[in-house]
Amino acid sequence: MNRTTIDLWVGIFVALGLGAIVFLSMKVGNLASFKTEEGYHLDARFDNIGGLKVRAPVKSAGVVVGRVERIRLDPKTYEAVATLRIELAYQFTKDTIASILTSGLLGEQYVGLDSGGDTVMLKDGGLIAKTQSAVVLEKLVGQMMFGKAAEGSDKK
Amino acid sequence: MAEIARILRRLGAGAIDGIWRLGYASRFLAMVLLASAMAFRRFSLTMRELYFAGVLSLVIIGVSGLFVGMVLALQGFETLQNFGAAEAVGVLVATSLVKELGPVVAGLLFASRAGSAITAEIGLMKTTEQLSAMEMMAVNPLARVVAPRFWAGVISMPLLAAIFSVMGVFGGWLVAVKLLGVDNGTFWSQMQAQIDFRLGIVNGIIKSFVFGIAITAIAVYEGYDATPTAEGVASATTRTVVESALAVLAIDFVLTVFMFRGTGL
Repeated sequence: MNRTTIDLWVGIFVALGLGAIVFLSMKVGNLASFKTEEGYHLDARFDNIGGLKVRAPVKSAGVVVGRVERIRLDPKTYEAVATLRIELAYQFTKDTIASILTSGLLGEQYVGLDSGGDTVMLKDGGLIAKTQSAVVLEKLVGQMMFGKAAEGSDKK
Repeated sequence: MAEIARILRRLGAGAIDGIWRLGYASRFLAMVLLASAMAFRRFSLTMRELYFAGVLSLVIIGVSGLFVGMVLALQGFETLQNFGAAEAVGVLVATSLVKELGPVVAGLLFASRAGSAITAEIGLMKTTEQLSAMEMMAVNPLARVVAPRFWAGVISMPLLAAIFSVMGVFGGWLVAVKLLGVDNGTFWSQMQAQIDFRLGIVNGIIKSFVFGIAITAIAVYEGYDATPTAEGVASATTRTVVESALAVLAIDFVLTVFMFRGTGL
């Protein structure tokens, strides 16, 4: 095995390997839509965030516009504060409503933003005033059973 | 009483021996790193080892990756179908390959295919006194023989693991899309939506890089440390495969704990 043949084969091997890494990054890991640096933050306060996780998508009209960056509990008001990182290209009005929604019946939870008619836009670090908490299935079932029981006692 | 002392003495001897070997291996690795300037200055030496460790492992890595991906897709499809989530088979295949199976299985194959060859080669060089002959000629065998093999292994391993993962994803795609009729677009879009670049791909590459260091370090050490007899080389080769397999699995657990803990993935 002479030197040039070895060089050729090693070249093919390294090219294949690097190609595989690029393929994994672009096609499997979707690096093309990987932007973290550009964006601004918005805070949203929720009574209950349900199963919302860090890095969950933030969607407006179904389009992903950002990610949930941080979730913490406000020790004074006992509200959950979710910090959202929104892409710079998207601006939202001051009366935007943030709600926690579920994609499908068993899918992941995400934050939905519905923009209002206000002319003032939210700035970096701004607070979304109107929020709608996650629907907790147990509470829903509890309410339903309570309602049924109350109905039953009325009839008597 | 004498019996207890005897057992304790054996335990103590084992512990001292183990620690001594670990220290010796670490010192050996440090000396290889110090002597590795030649592996890069005369890169044709490393090139030759890259050919033996990397290029010749391509076939086994590629074929294994293909079959692992195909089996994953087949089995995953059966289970996911029960929950009406057959489209998620792409996510299942790609996640398990990129994060775990790619680096680990490629590492195990690399240890048995290339690691054992490195050990046997260096061990036989020691047995036939080629290493001593080099020292006589004032050639440092660590720089001339060990370092090129070490670096070739460290370079090859991440590339091989990536090729393994890609072949696995391709195999999964073949079975899921072509054979079982999962929608092509859904297969890729679900995969791209679920796999995070830094958490998935980058961590997988870091894993395979660390495995490459561990496997090749064990292989060159066992070869250099082999008893210079036929049996010595044989048992050193066996030890390389066993130790690197254990090292890969143990390191994988530790790395996984640090990489994916608390990320909800």
